[in-house]
Amino acid sequence: MTTRKEKIVLPLIAVLLGFVLGSLIVAFTGRSPLAMYAAIVKGFSGIDILNGQPLNSRYIGEFIIQAMPIILTGLSFAFASRTGLFSIGAEGQLMIGSLSATTVALLVRAPTVIHLPLVLLAAILGGALWGAIPGFLKARYNVHEVVVTIMMNYIALHFNNFVILHIFGSVDRVKTAPFPTTALLKSPFLESITRNSRLNWGFIPVILALLIFAFIINKTTFGYSLRAVGYNKEAARYAGMKVNRNIIASMAIAGAFAGLAGAVITVGTFNFGRVIQSAEGYGFDGIAVALVGGNEAFGILLAGMLFGGLKAAQPLMQSQGIPREIAGIIQASIVLFVAMKFGIKMVLDKFERKQAPTTEGDRV
Amino acid sequence: MTFELLLQMFPIALMFSAPIILTALGGLFSERSGIVNIALEGIMMVGAFTGATVTVLLENSTPAAAWYGLLAGLLAGVVFSILHAVASINLKADQVISGTALNILAGGLTVYLCQIIFHQQRTRAFSNGIQKFSVPGLSDIPVLGRMFFKEIYPTFYIAIAMVFITWFVVYKTPLGLRMRACGEHPQAAASMGINVAKMRYFGVLVSGALGGLGGAVMVLTADIQYTLVSIHGTGFISLASLVFGKWNPFGVLGAGLFFGFSTALSFYAKDIKFLAGLPGEFFYILPYLLTIIALLFFAGKSVGPKAAGEIYDSGKR
Repeated sequence: MTTRKEKIVLPLIAVLLGFVLGSLIVAFTGRSPLAMYAAIVKGFSGIDILNGQPLNSRYIGEFIIQAMPIILTGLSFAFASRTGLFSIGAEGQLMIGSLSATTVALLVRAPTVIHLPLVLLAAILGGALWGAIPGFLKARYNVHEVVVTIMMNYIALHFNNFVILHIFGSVDRVKTAPFPTTALLKSPFLESITRNSRLNWGFIPVILALLIFAFIINKTTFGYSLRAVGYNKEAARYAGMKVNRNIIASMAIAGAFAGLAGAVITVGTFNFGRVIQSAEGYGFDGIAVALVGGNEAFGILLAGMLFGGLKAAQPLMQSQGIPREIAGIIQASIVLFVAMKFGIKMVLDKFERKQAPTTEGDRV
Repeated sequence: MTFELLLQMFPIALMFSAPIILTALGGLFSERSGIVNIALEGIMMVGAFTGATVTVLLENSTPAAAWYGLLAGLLAGVVFSILHAVASINLKADQVISGTALNILAGGLTVYLCQIIFHQQRTRAFSNGIQKFSVPGLSDIPVLGRMFFKEIYPTFYIAIAMVFITWFVVYKTPLGLRMRACGEHPQAAASMGINVAKMRYFGVLVSGALGGLGGAVMVLTADIQYTLVSIHGTGFISLASLVFGKWNPFGVLGAGLFFGFSTALSFYAKDIKFLAGLPGEFFYILPYLLTIIALLFFAGKSVGPKAAGEIYDSGKR
């Protein structure tokens, strides 16, 4: 198989196998896989194949809402990944981004054209700073980024709760006072065309982020040197690239994407800062999105929509008596199958050889 | 901090140390055999879920339900870790990605099964977990008795025993030597006729057993039921203890105690004069912050198995 074909076929097989495994688990636990697929279709479109309901734009709006933050956390993981770093820190960077957005939304008074960009910028900077810390520790002290980013997630969680509870003062120990409307991405227009879904302008920064990701990675010298560090650190160093600086920069930019996701949630989906009980899974969703999307912008967009739809279908599954966690199980299985790509490739190659014994067989 | 308070902290700190030590020893087996096991968190979750479930389901029929819970947690950990073994040994998966997948899978699977079995997103609460006990005789020794032998969870002694067993197996038996060889230079080990895949299966499955046991210990001593957040990063802290303890069983013991005390501190902070004013969130952060600091001190001099995390290529020299 050619590498180009591999990049498309292997993730598709992984997705397929993930759904097969998910269906088996549903069936083994005495639930109906058909009801699960019906819920997924409805989650994407509002079309109810079991009860015959037509397309409903509200469901489309809600599924895009779910896809937006995980596309961003996917970009975050992928960006660090391109520099050879395995960052599990998107979750925490997102929380800090969310907290920064909350801070600016509550404290600044300005018209929308100033306030909203400031909110987004604060989230980006907050996330970038939180990402730069493990980057710095990796570059300067060679501390493995996996454990550090995970620890940073827990620290971000409790730090967020500390600030919301003790500094801003929560209304009910759950959320802050509502933000002024000048800080929000909300749009009555978008809500009205999607039958009162929570769809908001958040998709614009998401699209910009996708374009910026593709541009930096593929079209700039900086992106090239980041990838060079990812392929071979020592060779990059020998070629005169500043390896340590690239590691920190890569982690900071990864953090910026995740921080932006925090803003998209906090001033888009919601309009208040939140106390967070436990990790909400955006970081792990992002890892799945990036791995299935092959760490490429376009792939991440598609994978983000797939997993966003799956998330949107969760409450629908629950109401069908299928525990909502099946979505996470399917997602994890897909990641596991993506990780097994060498194994899958070996099987496929064997299969291909059997298909064409005359050409391959002679040579071997 | 008064001395009395320190004495009071001991049983709590040892309770938190036990699962960290057990799980980190599991990680030691896996990494010494050459497989990075970031799935320890997920393995602990599976062990904790199984331990709690078995305890809940058996507690009306046997007083030893929690002990069956521990055993079930251990076995569940082994079964779950087979996935990591197959993926990273047979299918040459990236071990970090495979481990991450298992961590996500564990969260989904355990809560899914809670919904199927208990119709809620957590297990039912068990009425009795593992019970504290006092060692007759030894608990009367002044000071030392109160620190290590009075009102102690027996799981701590299991953890201590495992430290010695691990040391013996890894450093004093041919099996341990072969396993370590696979973690340092698998090609050289293979040239001496050692079955690298088999050794690595051994390492990963033992890590599954100890991680599963660690998870079950944690939920049955420090909690009343299994929830999605029962383990809250303890698997990763165990992983850090392994680095902190320099991949050595006694180092792991020290690191585990250190993290146990840092967790216990958050429970006693309000009684300590100069700490009482700080907000509770500060103490929640403490174990995680200390983990990073510990890694910082030891990272430069880290002496981990050389081949850990590398995909085994038998043709490489």
